[in-house]
Amino acid sequence: MRWVFATLLAGAAALALLDVNGVAALVAGLAAVAACGAAMAALARDDRWPARIAVPLLFGVLLLWLWEMVTVGFGVPRILLPPPSMIAAAFGSHLPTLAADFHQTVIRSVIPGYAIGCGAGFLTALAIDRSPFLQRGLLPLGSLVSAMPIVGIAPIMVMWFGFDWQSKAAVIVVMTFFPMLVNTLAGLRAAGAMELDLMRSYAAGYGQTLMKLRLPAALPFVFNALKLNSTLALIGAIVAEFFGTPIVGMGFRISTEVARMNVDVVWATIAVAALVGSASYGIISVIERGATFWHPSFRQ
Amino acid sequence: MTDAAAPAAPAVHRVPARDGAALPILTVLAALLLVWYAASVWLNAPQVQERLERASPDWSVSDLVAGAWAMDRPVLPAPHQIGVELYESVLGRPVTSKRSLAFHAGVTLSATLAGFALGLATGVALAVGIVHVRVLDRSLMPWIIASQTIPILAIAPMIVVVLGNLGFTGLLPKAIISAYLSFFPIAIGMVKGLRSPDPIQLDLMRTYSATPAQTFAKLRWPSSMAFLFPSLKVAIALALVGAIVAELPTGAQAGLGARLLAGSYYGQTIQIWAALFMSAFLAMLAIGAVGLAERGLTRIRGGRL
Repeated sequence: MRWVFATLLAGAAALALLDVNGVAALVAGLAAVAACGAAMAALARDDRWPARIAVPLLFGVLLLWLWEMVTVGFGVPRILLPPPSMIAAAFGSHLPTLAADFHQTVIRSVIPGYAIGCGAGFLTALAIDRSPFLQRGLLPLGSLVSAMPIVGIAPIMVMWFGFDWQSKAAVIVVMTFFPMLVNTLAGLRAAGAMELDLMRSYAAGYGQTLMKLRLPAALPFVFNALKLNSTLALIGAIVAEFFGTPIVGMGFRISTEVARMNVDVVWATIAVAALVGSASYGIISVIERGATFWHPSFRQ
Repeated sequence: MTDAAAPAAPAVHRVPARDGAALPILTVLAALLLVWYAASVWLNAPQVQERLERASPDWSVSDLVAGAWAMDRPVLPAPHQIGVELYESVLGRPVTSKRSLAFHAGVTLSATLAGFALGLATGVALAVGIVHVRVLDRSLMPWIIASQTIPILAIAPMIVVVLGNLGFTGLLPKAIISAYLSFFPIAIGMVKGLRSPDPIQLDLMRTYSATPAQTFAKLRWPSSMAFLFPSLKVAIALALVGAIVAELPTGAQAGLGARLLAGSYYGQTIQIWAALFMSAFLAMLAIGAVGLAERGLTRIRGGRL
């Protein structure tokens, strides 16, 4: 705990000294890095949960602090890499724009596309689960399609569905369909032979076996696909916006503000994307924990 | 991996993994082609109809179908049109020509391989550090996962522009973006693999009084190989995606991404589809090469990976 305070104190001192005296700032900065190393080493030996969270948090703070020190200390041009403080300022002053972009990209494109793509993949998996012939034919093709750079279909979708959110949602549907299909099919085969035999001895039908045994057993795989798809969907929407978009949206913002050298706004948009990506991953993880608490990976 | 993952359980719902997959795959492919041809007629019909009306009022359905499968800028090109475009732009032109698709594929492939090599080195180094140093495990692991929840592809234009201003253009920015995407599965797979030896085996190494370096070289490293190769297959496909996306933001002159962008600007649908199929072939080729390397290594090590 002492080392954490020492880290924060020395780090703040180094940042404050940056404008006054370079050598003093460097000395304070080295002290801060050393204190941070000591703090992380001390905390890593602790197994309680506050320590488990504190170590990566401290590391993240260290990264941001180093970024600020290097960009300000060495006078890196703002156009190349703005310091975090400037990004935060841009974030604050462009809130309405960022909110509009968020609404266009996430609410209007990503969420419908994600829901349709994952839903269609899941339902298709249920449908072809009963047909071994289709499964054997579709699975190799499915893995082929998922190896293909799906972002490449963005220009085609823009031509078909126009510039607005429909084309972005279509890209996301195509991107998320196969991971969900392949994972659900694998999950439906995950129920153990013993349990299946038990269900048979209960004279359970296909539907009952599906609802009570095989779908619950498939849940870890389904959540795997949901997590994977949550980041894929955001990437797909942003990349699709490079190919034509109305004058709003995160991909549009990034491509135009880069061209206008407003790099701080670009980084603010990236920060929004990072927050959205991490938040959606976190939300799905929490739901997963609640829904598949019995799975070995959650047992202590 | 698939061989190990397919237990021969006699349960009702299980499907034996690989018995006679050729017929189902061919059937599905044939159905796909059929749907494709039908869809290309359906999607292209309005434009063809308009043209036919202008030429002469009495046109038949066969004219419509023939027209829909031979348009210059179709909404959805027919498969044979893509095949012809692929054949002409790969074999019909010299490889050094700017109009040769093989040339563009080569540009993208070089960036992919450079990025893959960079990602492999980073991923393995991170995994070794994480497995052996407790502080790194605690501090790095969450950030490695977080690094992939932010869409790096959103940062791709930034990286290209920043490095371009510093004087690095061409291969390096693309390779860095490829590496950023491909290091993740490698690092995760290697951490799991390096931790896969049983405690019993680790104890055995201790009774031999093996040094950490010996334990690593003789136990941890060999047992991680089974996890490394599936990760490599994912990683090389991601490296290709990274290389293609890195070509989009700056209006690159060469590469499959540049072809996609140019095709989208000029409405050349057939060119887009050809580039798309080319990238799919590249992905298959790259994954196949990793599979071959895996089999080669397995043979060298006496049938065990």
